[in-house]
Amino acid sequence: MDKYITFPHIGNYYIPIKYLIEKTTKQSVIVPPKITKKTIEIGSKYSPDYVCVPFKYNLGNFIESINKGANVILQAGGGCRYGYYAELQEQILKDMGYEIDFVNFIENNHVSIMKIYKFIKSINKRINFISYSYHLLITFLMIIIMDKLDKNVRENQGFEIVENSFKKIQNNFYSELNNKPSIIKLCYIYIKYRHKYKKCPVNKPKEHLRVAIVGELYSIMEPFSSCYIEEKLSKKGIEVKRFTTVTYLLLLKKHNLKKLLRYGKKLLKYHLGADATESVILTEKLSKEGFDGIVHIKSFGCTPEINAMPILSNISNKNKIPILYFSFDSQDNEVGLDTRIEAFYDMINSKKNNINNKM
Amino acid sequence: MKNKLVIGIPRSFLYYRYGILWKNFFKKLNCKVIISSETTKKTLEDGKNLSIDESCLSSKIYMGHIKNLENKCDYILVPRIGDYGKNNGVCTKFNGIYDVVKNSFPLINILDYNIENSKLKFEFFGFFRMGLKITKNIFKILYSYIYSKKKQKEYDIEQENKQINILKSKNKKLLIVSHPYNVYDNLIGVPIIKYLKENNFEIIYANLYNRKKAILQYKSLSKTLYWLYSKELVGAINYYKDKVDGIIFITTFPCGPDSLVNELMIRKLKNIPILNLLIDEATSETGLITRLESFIDIINFKGDNNG
Repeated sequence: MDKYITFPHIGNYYIPIKYLIEKTTKQSVIVPPKITKKTIEIGSKYSPDYVCVPFKYNLGNFIESINKGANVILQAGGGCRYGYYAELQEQILKDMGYEIDFVNFIENNHVSIMKIYKFIKSINKRINFISYSYHLLITFLMIIIMDKLDKNVRENQGFEIVENSFKKIQNNFYSELNNKPSIIKLCYIYIKYRHKYKKCPVNKPKEHLRVAIVGELYSIMEPFSSCYIEEKLSKKGIEVKRFTTVTYLLLLKKHNLKKLLRYGKKLLKYHLGADATESVILTEKLSKEGFDGIVHIKSFGCTPEINAMPILSNISNKNKIPILYFSFDSQDNEVGLDTRIEAFYDMINSKKNNINNKM
Repeated sequence: MKNKLVIGIPRSFLYYRYGILWKNFFKKLNCKVIISSETTKKTLEDGKNLSIDESCLSSKIYMGHIKNLENKCDYILVPRIGDYGKNNGVCTKFNGIYDVVKNSFPLINILDYNIENSKLKFEFFGFFRMGLKITKNIFKILYSYIYSKKKQKEYDIEQENKQINILKSKNKKLLIVSHPYNVYDNLIGVPIIKYLKENNFEIIYANLYNRKKAILQYKSLSKTLYWLYSKELVGAINYYKDKVDGIIFITTFPCGPDSLVNELMIRKLKNIPILNLLIDEATSETGLITRLESFIDIINFKGDNNG
């Protein structure tokens, strides 16, 4: 029987994951259809009521791609309750009557590279560890390049002179990345698009508003689940910064966490779990660096981020920095979100003008 | 004569797991121990005002208990649990509870210890450090730790034996699966258990089953589970599932681990009546009792048919 492999969506990262699986297993990959309102509707229909939203999105992705013909499902994630998703999702899909293989890459609450290799070996017997490592390296490079280049879009999108010029470059970049490049080609793509981003005309005043987005990883990285909040903020003429990317989570986090805890000794005594420590200490750090506001987003019921919130509001009072809290669930009112963003924008804008006038 | 130090222990969360240990430890160190009063509506009201709306009901009650102890004692005990080893995590609420309390009550003195076995921070070192804050006598700390640990063990074994006796009785038995801080709480579990006892049911608590035995058998129901407290409950379900007439899950809204584990258990356990009670601030006792009534009817009806 032919294997059709699928995995849940998170942002644009399906490109490197698809590359890795297609190149190593030599089987076809079914990328789930783009997340829409229908995905979350299907997902929440079959999920427990009060589980956090990423679970519902993932389940919706799975069901939609099973309907397209997929029969092997990959799931990976760790940290809070993300690590336990796989077992329940498998049970739910089996109760629904689907015949699927469910592969879980989590071991000891972390994604295990050896487990991925074993899975690939079980499908494609001809692969050896060296070629696997080569493809893994390209995958990581792809992720790093994506994260490095996407930063430009967030920071400059609001100041573009020709409308949608940044979005166009980004789309071209992704379609070129989709062609399964080799390492040399990949470096070439990186240099080419870095240049293009630099040359793209912008009208950036010296004193512009800067806002950072902190919070739970799925809401941050999957734009649909946060109602495209990044785009909405940057379209208002704000430079948006965010630190949670897959590069950060997979490669830098372990090293960075100790440094951050040392920096924020006065705020936190212990690690809060998942990404909450970063949320707290980055907020403190950025407010001292002169950011105009912080947007804290999470999915409903995310325990670690709830732990962070009382501490965040203390920082907000102490450092006089506005923080906007968002909690996303399966049914979000986009108009209400727009109103809150508008009010937030007006507030940070007038605050900035007041400070400038006084000087 | 020097005044005795007064240590406050909130009657919530881990009190039901380590209560005897804490009480004896501080008493042996010549401290006075106060335990916050039973949970009331006011406790919840206080806790609600102090915490984020989305926090779970149990943590709101915890904050209410700390409010209850505020200004009554020199120190309040707030332990922090990181994990119990590599694959034995806990809910992230326990990871952050110290910092949450510290930031919500900036004025109180907190006595804390940290368990993070994966980073070699064992319980004993935590207690030792805590003891040094109270007395300089190392041997006294050592002695009181060992003594209180022994007392806690005796208490646990006594509870376990009681349960074994209940299991032998001929009455209909119900298994209550919930975290101890929910079962024994005056606002969450106690009214439910009282109602069930009035209807001549014997109550079996999943949390009283021997923890070491439970850990050995959780894998037959769930393979990738990594929360220690849930592991113990799941292991107990596996042991008791053929010996009882029905299972009741009690959860507070929106508990992280329970949202997944309970759903999986309900899907995996077949041929036994199951009731899943989700409790939040607005849950009324009347509504609960209606649900319990119909559940009792189902069990009685089933029993009659078989007999």
